[in-house]
Amino acid sequence: MGKQRRVIPGFGLTLGYTVIYLSLLVLIPLGVLLLKTTSLSFEQFWQIATADRVLASYRVSFFSALSAALINSVFGLVVAWVLVRFSFPGKRVLDMLVDLPFALPTAVAGISLTAVFAQNGWIGQYLEAWGIKVAFTPLGVVVALIFIGIPFVVRTVQPVLAEIDKQVEEAAATLGASAWQTFRRVIFPQLFPALLTGFSLAFARSLGEYGSVVFISGNMPMKTEITPLIIMTKLEQFDYTGATAIATVMLAASFVLLLFINLLQWRCSKHQLPY
Amino acid sequence: MTTGNRKAKDRWVRAGLLLIAVLFLGIFLIVPLVAVFAKALEEGVSVYAAAVAESDALAAIKLTLLITGIVVPLNLIFGLAAGWCIAKFSFPGKSFLLTLIDLPFAVSPVISGLIFVLVFGAQGLLGPWLDQYNVKIIFAVPGIALATAFVTFPFVARELIPIMQSQGKEEEEAALTLGANGWKTFWRITIPNIKWGLLYGVILCSARAIGEFGAVSVVSGHIRGMTNTVPLHVEILYNEYQFVASFAVASILTLLAIATLIAKSIIEERSHVH
Repeated sequence: MGKQRRVIPGFGLTLGYTVIYLSLLVLIPLGVLLLKTTSLSFEQFWQIATADRVLASYRVSFFSALSAALINSVFGLVVAWVLVRFSFPGKRVLDMLVDLPFALPTAVAGISLTAVFAQNGWIGQYLEAWGIKVAFTPLGVVVALIFIGIPFVVRTVQPVLAEIDKQVEEAAATLGASAWQTFRRVIFPQLFPALLTGFSLAFARSLGEYGSVVFISGNMPMKTEITPLIIMTKLEQFDYTGATAIATVMLAASFVLLLFINLLQWRCSKHQLPY
Repeated sequence: MTTGNRKAKDRWVRAGLLLIAVLFLGIFLIVPLVAVFAKALEEGVSVYAAAVAESDALAAIKLTLLITGIVVPLNLIFGLAAGWCIAKFSFPGKSFLLTLIDLPFAVSPVISGLIFVLVFGAQGLLGPWLDQYNVKIIFAVPGIALATAFVTFPFVARELIPIMQSQGKEEEEAALTLGANGWKTFWRITIPNIKWGLLYGVILCSARAIGEFGAVSVVSGHIRGMTNTVPLHVEILYNEYQFVASFAVASILTLLAIATLIAKSIIEERSHVH
């Protein structure tokens, strides 16, 4: 920085505004949440945060988010591959649609997925014939989270895949590697950091997701009740202390994930996160 | 293996991958998208039109527009200020500031609403004091605006910061050295340079502001015709088993989402922001 006078004005004004706006809107309200939690004794906190119904909701949230993020990693990689490497009619529209979960309000996604995957729905009726029920079961939660997570993996993998040097692949092929060997030994290692970042982003987003899940899950305690819904239920019963304690647990989990994602970004990639 | 064989095999692999990708996106994106319109028009155009023009629906649309009109300019000004200080200057704690700006992305929508209830609610920190002056924030428009502003906080800043960083500060320095003042430099040099990123950020921010559900659900109180935004109205209709009306209102939001995607892809093409 140095003592030298800056040519460009406005440093104090813009930094001051940034910090004040950030503090008023984000930091202070989040701080109040933590403050409210510290007003609880540790026993009280522990009792609320580890009640049976709450523990069951952590399990539902965690395992649904994990399954959805894993499914998205596999299929997201295929989608990214197809969009980068192939040309086919309708590619632009498909590419555009990948961002739909970002643009479509979650409540709309929720009611629509419920209609499609209900027993008599467009897709649900065929699954029903196989004995698979989606809407109002744990599988419904996973379906909603798959929808929400689609763009994260595709949009983190896509730019990295586009930059991979085709010459390296050609060299591998010339040296006698099969297509699968080339993918596994040459391409996949380069894609892996991006894939892991996309997975983590989708997982993090899924943990907190509310709107798309509540319609399709049926919200059965111990079975399909996600943690954000428990917070909502406690708020509706004016149990602010209970809601706050569980929110603190969720916040801690998200911040650990955020830290992990930032480390990943910092370590292995120069690409900006998609969102 | 002969090259011909290999090429034939490659074709099958390509066709298989394409099929998997199209099926996956078809099942999870395209079918639900089409379903919104199919359900909305199930009982014909007149029922659809009646549901959309109903007075509570119109009140919800007005409220959503009002909230978007408050929140987007606020976050736009913030995005410009953050972009300016982060891109044009170096100072200690910059990367920490960047992490803090991303913070709302990591917070569940329900928690984003909860924090404002804890500050401004009846039992909240400022609750008794606000009550004394008869100011209502939670279960009223200001609360909805605050929760929406929190959720959409990073959108404009996230788009502008990398663009402004990559453009550096030479052009601004040249303008200032030649005698232009700060504001003139900002309007004539900076804004034209970042206009696509700005538009992109504003579009993303608006889309999220219009569609936010969880956070708004916590602070709104669901008062019909008063504190119901469009997504909340969709939920209420759905929970009352008025499915056609619910999907009809949802179809407006879906059309907006499609418009957002089209605008986004046009901007990306024009500017290569990503």
